[in-house]
Amino acid sequence: MSNTILDISGLRTQFGASVIHDNLVLKVQPGEIMGIVGGSGTGKSVLLRTILGLNKPAAGKIKMFGEDITDCPDEERRKVLRRMGVLFQDGALFSSMTVAQNIEVPLAEHTDISPELRAEISDVKINLVGLPLDAANKYPSELSGGMRKRAGLARALALDPEILFLDEPTAGLDPIGAARFDELIRELRDALGLTVMMVTHDLDSLNAICDRIAVLLDKRIKVGTMQELMADDHPWLHDYFHGPRARAAQDTVAGTENT
Amino acid sequence: MSTDAIEASGDPRFSVTAESGIWHLTMSGRWTTMRIALVDPLLRALELPQDGQAVIDCTEVEALDTAGAWLIDRTERALSQRGVSVALENIEHNQNQLLMTVRANDAECPEPPAPTNAFIALVERVGMATVQAAIEARDLLNFLGHAVIVLGRSIRHPGNVRMTSLVHHIEQAGLNALPIVGLISFLIGIVLAFQGAEQLSKFGAQIFTVNIVSQGILREMGVLLTAIMLAGRSGSAFTAQIGTMKVREEVDAMRTIGLDPMEVLVLPRIWALVISLPLLAFFANIMGLLGGAIMATVVLDVTFFQFARQLSGAVTLWTFWIGIIKAPVFGFIIGLVGCYEGMRVSGSAESVGRMTTRAVVESIFLVIVLDALFSILFAVLGV
Repeated sequence: MSNTILDISGLRTQFGASVIHDNLVLKVQPGEIMGIVGGSGTGKSVLLRTILGLNKPAAGKIKMFGEDITDCPDEERRKVLRRMGVLFQDGALFSSMTVAQNIEVPLAEHTDISPELRAEISDVKINLVGLPLDAANKYPSELSGGMRKRAGLARALALDPEILFLDEPTAGLDPIGAARFDELIRELRDALGLTVMMVTHDLDSLNAICDRIAVLLDKRIKVGTMQELMADDHPWLHDYFHGPRARAAQDTVAGTENT
Repeated sequence: MSTDAIEASGDPRFSVTAESGIWHLTMSGRWTTMRIALVDPLLRALELPQDGQAVIDCTEVEALDTAGAWLIDRTERALSQRGVSVALENIEHNQNQLLMTVRANDAECPEPPAPTNAFIALVERVGMATVQAAIEARDLLNFLGHAVIVLGRSIRHPGNVRMTSLVHHIEQAGLNALPIVGLISFLIGIVLAFQGAEQLSKFGAQIFTVNIVSQGILREMGVLLTAIMLAGRSGSAFTAQIGTMKVREEVDAMRTIGLDPMEVLVLPRIWALVISLPLLAFFANIMGLLGGAIMATVVLDVTFFQFARQLSGAVTLWTFWIGIIKAPVFGFIIGLVGCYEGMRVSGSAESVGRMTTRAVVESIFLVIVLDALFSILFAVLGV
């Protein structure tokens, strides 16, 4: 048996008559950062939602940690759920709770940890994602977009997940904030041994931190490293990786590596 | 990587021994978030040596995550604070890395602010609510002034009224409300007739049920029920529509293009209610009387014809006008409050919901207050 952490095979999702994915195959190895890209309407977010179980596929299998999660009893699902963390686009923090309380929700729900230790663990996570200490007692509405994302990430990390899903983590951040967030994700991956799967539009992110990239093309997925995909002659891929923005992103990375 | 979290064999454990003056803490098992609750209280209660040397031995630690690393770090720190020199032994490279990361991030966040004294909090809330209510009354008055100016301008220049929008809102708020307003009024007519008949039959004066029904429906119930229905149906819809447009910055976009939201959004809505509420109230009156008449024929043995004759004696034209005169005023107030609360929405979708609730409560409250004022006015005028 391979040690694939996420194994999708023959996935088919459709809404009414429109088929979004057909016979889609994707394997994610432990410890890698995989980026998911694709044009608008190719179903990047749908794929993510399907993996998270928020959307029922019409056919196919999704195995996470070797467990088939498309069709398993609730108890099994809960076990899988607490081994994964999700960061939604705008953090999706519970607005009636402070940041610290938000982080403690999964801990209180899934473990018997005492309130003192919960507070201590949430302090560690707040520091880990680079939030200022006084953010702990603030409500989501008092935070900036970048801070909300960091707080959402802290909540996603609350149970020390093995796999982390990120939905457009750098969307809406300024370039400096986005670069820091990329850096943070890589650091966390290295420190905590995470596997990361991120939907993104950000070419800089893809360049800087993704080990492999999964491209949604013609209802399927094509996986490869940045170099492999750049060499591919599919017209969409060519436009994507050789457009003016892509060149600029690669130049920046090349530039920083040379200096 | 943790596997089955339920499996008991890997539970975290620790043991303490003291050998030749060196305090030994030996840890084993899986020190992960899912299981850490088993050892945390024990570790917290553990009696630590006052000085000397200590060793934390991690040889048998099978798995470690941030929560486990935090416990090790916490214990280590507690020891060094007592002046004990601590050494970590046999920790795996990866686990050590994790421990370093946690150690670098162990600053403590400030305590949440303590709740204030309940009495002070109560006074504070009452005070805040009072000030808030005053501010709101002022703002609503402000909005009323603005609306009246725009309304006045629209009467002088009727060409400026957005006809498409006006007709659309008359359809939505007026025409589409016909079934529900009619049904409710009809049922209330039945209820009034039944209750009236029950009481009046004790005096053998059942025929006066007709007076009760007609006075009640024409003067008060018809228009009041219609107004309350519209407050719930259309006032709330106005708040939600305008509020959503505010959240999506459509209202701001309008202003930058040079459109006055007051004229484009508020005016047609208020006009629509001012026009449709009297018409609906008229319809409600008819349906209410019809309900009363049907109940009267079924329960009282009063024929339809007798009902009509009694009716013509029971009411004057003024009875009808007293009800209908109030309708445009109620319509104006409902439209005004609905639009006002919609314009006050700021930022989030959550605020749309909150403002919609407020709009309904406030407009029903104002309608009933106005109704009471009208009653006093009519009493003074003697109609």
